[in-house]
Amino acid sequence: MDKQYYTPKDLKNFSNITEWNKELGDKFFDYYNSVFKEGHLSAREKSLIALAVSHVVHCPYCIDAYTKDSLQRGIEKEEMMEAVHVGAAIKSGAVLVHGVQMMNRHDQLSM
Amino acid sequence: MAKSLQARKSELSDQEMQLKILSGGAFETGELPTFKAQLSKHKIQTLRPKTFSILQLNIGYMCNQVCSHCHVDAGPDRKEMMTRKTMEECLNVMKEFTIETVDLTGGAPEMHPDFEWFVEQIRLTGVSEIIVRSNLTIILANKKYHQLPGFFAKHSVHVISSLPFYKKNKTDSQRGKGVFDTSITAIKMLNKVGYGQANSNLKLDLVYNPSGAFLPSDQVALERDFKKALKTDFDIDFNQLFTITNLPISRFLDYLIASENYEEYMQSLVDAFNPTAAEDVMCTNTLSVSWEGKIFDCDFNQMLGLKSAVKNPHISQLNQNELMQRELQLSQHCYGCTAGAGSSCQGSIA
Repeated sequence: MDKQYYTPKDLKNFSNITEWNKELGDKFFDYYNSVFKEGHLSAREKSLIALAVSHVVHCPYCIDAYTKDSLQRGIEKEEMMEAVHVGAAIKSGAVLVHGVQMMNRHDQLSM
Repeated sequence: MAKSLQARKSELSDQEMQLKILSGGAFETGELPTFKAQLSKHKIQTLRPKTFSILQLNIGYMCNQVCSHCHVDAGPDRKEMMTRKTMEECLNVMKEFTIETVDLTGGAPEMHPDFEWFVEQIRLTGVSEIIVRSNLTIILANKKYHQLPGFFAKHSVHVISSLPFYKKNKTDSQRGKGVFDTSITAIKMLNKVGYGQANSNLKLDLVYNPSGAFLPSDQVALERDFKKALKTDFDIDFNQLFTITNLPISRFLDYLIASENYEEYMQSLVDAFNPTAAEDVMCTNTLSVSWEGKIFDCDFNQMLGLKSAVKNPHISQLNQNELMQRELQLSQHCYGCTAGAGSSCQGSIA
């Protein structure tokens, strides 16, 4: 059986989610498109943030989309990898900071 | 140095084969709409010229570079060149018709032995703008070309040059090893004679086209990045940046197929279709002439052999009325000019 949970072609059908709930779907896409417009942050900076977050949330669709978006915006591969490391650092930091909770609990329970 | 598709005897050097590929696959099965069907969907039945203000002359396919994306399949092994007789026929058209801009392209147009004579003659016809599409490296390719910046300045030529990126790696990967460094030196020579300077009328525009199977982004944002990087790193100036989409023909089509990106790229072009850009595609104001004097609606159609739909499609036989009423020749490659903000030899459209 070659059925997969993730299908690359699903990405281009993303907008189809409005078919089952137009109001909320439209609100989401309006919001989404507004977020990525040039603002206090440039669209280029937002693309790099999105690329890092895509990795952190393990979204293959987002990784495909924002790698391509980064290329289109002239972002270089070194910048892309640095952004991924920023995401990875926060993610691993988030794991490790819980170590303090572990240490506290350990000390509380130990003689 | 790599060879042209023609020299490699690639099946993609055959125009019919390219048109067959562009009409097949997802367009044949109906998975993707053909360009004409897409226009119909947006209530555009046919495309016709609006004006005839730009005469783009491809004076030969010879080039000192063999770029991996080249839609002309140009290179040192291409010998096709416009004769002086055909050049004179082009000059007659410039005198008879109200043409604002003559746009010289190739190959490297500067390699044509009659290039300088031709530019001088065009200047005498009174057209207001002469564009030369220079690949920059030609200026340093041979001692005899070192004086080109001065020649361009003397005749107020508008220079439009390809520079795919403001960093070496991406530029060289598309255009060949060493091209970036040579291009920077050539831009410095152009800056020195006044090109791209704030107090000068000499215009130097750069062309960005993506180094891979993706579309160009916002022209304004990329221009900002290019200007900042080139000024900071090399202290060089230019006027505008034009973003141009790579059209799926010739060597870029070869790259798309070989890298298994063809289907996704065509899907991207179709998804990015912009009806506003379609209304103003460059073939609505431009006529392209081949080295043989044959006329086409654009340089891309020239490479696909899609001649303009007039009775005698030759520069010596132009008829203004027939020309303005003709139906523009379309195929799926036209999606490249209507994607996103649109694409033309003068950059984005919409």
